[in-house]
Amino acid sequence: MKLKLATVALGAVMAAAPAMADLVVPNLSYRTGPYGANGTQYADGFNDYFTLLNERDGGIGGEKIQTPECETAYNTEKGVECYEATKGSGALVYNPLSTGITYQLIPKVSADKIPLYTPGYGRTSAKNGKVFEWVFNAPANYWDGASVAIKYLLDQNGGDLNGKKIALVYHNSAYGKEPIRTLQELSKKHGFTLTELPVDPPGQEQKSQWLQIRRDKPDYVLMWGWGVMNQTAIQEAANIRFPMENFIGTYWSGSEVDVKPVGAGANGYKALTFHGVGMDYPIYEDMKKHVIDPGKASQGGQYVGSVLYSRGMYAAVVIAEAIAKAQELAGTAQINATQLRDGFEALDITPERLAELGLPDFGPEIKMTCDNHGGSGMARLQQWDASAGKWSLITDFTEPDQEVLDPLILEDSEAYAKEAGISPRC
Amino acid sequence: MEFLYASEVLANGLMAGVMYSLVALGFVLIYKASGVFNYAQGVMALFAAMTLVGIMEGRVPFAHLINAAFGVHVSSFGWTVPGLFAILLTALIMVGLAIAIEKLVLKHLVGQEPIILFMATIGLAWFLEGLGDVMWGADVKVLDVGLPQGISETVETMTDNWLGYGFFIDRLDIWAAVIAAALVAALVGFSQYTKQGRAMRAVADDHQAALSVGISLQFIWIMVWSIAGFVALVAGIMWGTKSGVQFSLSLIALKALPVLMLGGFTSIPGAIVGGLIIGMGEKLFEYFVGSMVGGATENWFAYVLALIFLVFRPQGLFGERIIERV
Repeated sequence: MKLKLATVALGAVMAAAPAMADLVVPNLSYRTGPYGANGTQYADGFNDYFTLLNERDGGIGGEKIQTPECETAYNTEKGVECYEATKGSGALVYNPLSTGITYQLIPKVSADKIPLYTPGYGRTSAKNGKVFEWVFNAPANYWDGASVAIKYLLDQNGGDLNGKKIALVYHNSAYGKEPIRTLQELSKKHGFTLTELPVDPPGQEQKSQWLQIRRDKPDYVLMWGWGVMNQTAIQEAANIRFPMENFIGTYWSGSEVDVKPVGAGANGYKALTFHGVGMDYPIYEDMKKHVIDPGKASQGGQYVGSVLYSRGMYAAVVIAEAIAKAQELAGTAQINATQLRDGFEALDITPERLAELGLPDFGPEIKMTCDNHGGSGMARLQQWDASAGKWSLITDFTEPDQEVLDPLILEDSEAYAKEAGISPRC
Repeated sequence: MEFLYASEVLANGLMAGVMYSLVALGFVLIYKASGVFNYAQGVMALFAAMTLVGIMEGRVPFAHLINAAFGVHVSSFGWTVPGLFAILLTALIMVGLAIAIEKLVLKHLVGQEPIILFMATIGLAWFLEGLGDVMWGADVKVLDVGLPQGISETVETMTDNWLGYGFFIDRLDIWAAVIAAALVAALVGFSQYTKQGRAMRAVADDHQAALSVGISLQFIWIMVWSIAGFVALVAGIMWGTKSGVQFSLSLIALKALPVLMLGGFTSIPGAIVGGLIIGMGEKLFEYFVGSMVGGATENWFAYVLALIFLVFRPQGLFGERIIERV
């Protein structure tokens, strides 16, 4: 009996495990817990792009891609468990969609020599590839976003923010605190007053913060929120009649999930993004033909085209391009994690290449090198149209203020190198 | 002007306190009747709100499972249900849930230590959380039963005319206060003046003694869990209207804990007074002290406030003093 059970168990494990010849890109996702509504859409986009490559092209370089999912529930401990459980399967790269998990995984991936790709989240100073050999965060990070938001406000005010009041409403966590240093530097440079208003997670109760905003009457409000904090903040802003066009969220405060519960009150709200949104891209014809119509889409494809789906798909696009580049450099389709790092460091996704992929003008050019793991940092703004129920892009991709950001990144990464005993490379 | 700002913060704190009390009430009811701290109360609010939205929007429950099992693409029945009728249907489902909990869980634990019952409610919370997701999906759902939201212009104009500064009061909070007052009046009347209410209190004192005088434990537990389910539905509607129906709604239970500690686990008016003190205290502390200590003080200060009260009244403001003779 024991032998039979063992045989059945072994069979189940073998069926669940990726075939040895496949390229393995674990999907550390979260479909449950307080942030499950966000994580689900991202995970679907991530899965569906690899399914498209498998179904349409037979994988990458003839190798199929497996994306075994592991549920983290946005919980750091579970995220680390997922990493430990999957790294032995030949994992090529991780994208955990959590700054907390990223911070825990940085020393682990550095020891195990597996790339960690954290677009728009994670440790900002990981952009410095001289220190963070295994971490990549192109096309944009938190500080890029903060700078692009201020650049936009400069544009709106004839290049002068002197004397203006800007409030930052942020998730009281490592993630939410990320832009503070940058915004403080930018406030010195441009002469605006910065008020910091932390909100304890999950953030369902924000009356104090919004009463203060009502009293202080800042000219603009920036938000670094996630999950229910976003919906509550946008609702409270609508409640106090704060002009929505002066309210700008970061990348993670600008999805349909954040604005729809507020209804018409959210009209005009703006958010940063580092990619396109909606279905007006040729890639969706292929997605429909090869993934959605044959019933192979993750969860039936119900979120195709949404902001977070698009972001998950974009992360998969960048990883797939890095894999293809690594295969080209290594001269073999069966690459390992170290070869994928080389692929990332030689990656150049040009506008022409994006158009070939069916995603014209979807993202900025991504060019990474040994010392630059963060790309150009370009981001753009989108605005919510409540009556149409969709986001519209309202600016072109804008470069952040590297003059302010570069010294900050250098300072933070060098401090990490000292602490971790890392000798800078490149 | 500073005084007026502080008064506005105070008024909003009281309103926030009412919202906390709505959650705390469900805990009190079950604790009164069974001596059990129902860990699942927050998840019950989430489950009730998800079910309400599902019914209102005509969603097919377990659609994902059905689609996966039969290879179909069903998601909606194609009809919508009016809010009031959907609330009634949801209340019935919460009664069904109460019956199931009694039959499958509580019945088997009669006479057990309270900690065993508490552990059972932890299991129940996990189960309901998963059941809700599987039934209705994990997406953020918009709940609109017609409750108004946004600044009350009447209050703003009145205070502006009288005091020279227009106060912000959310219309949803005003509705919450009215609904909570009605709910408390009904619950106090029920527990003090009806036969079932007195039986409920007898069961809370001693299961075995209540059984020996002919009180049906089964009926009382079903009744109490049904009422707690209805209170959870009301809390779910209020919080769900505010920020959408999503998993985080279950975490509002964390806001109810200091209210219970302060008001007492066995007092319905205590849940309301406790909520008001916590709401008012945390908002005023944030206003006067928050900026000096980096802000975001509300979550922890609520517990500090409750602990300070506990030092002087361990049973809470309105809790029953328990004297156990050896």
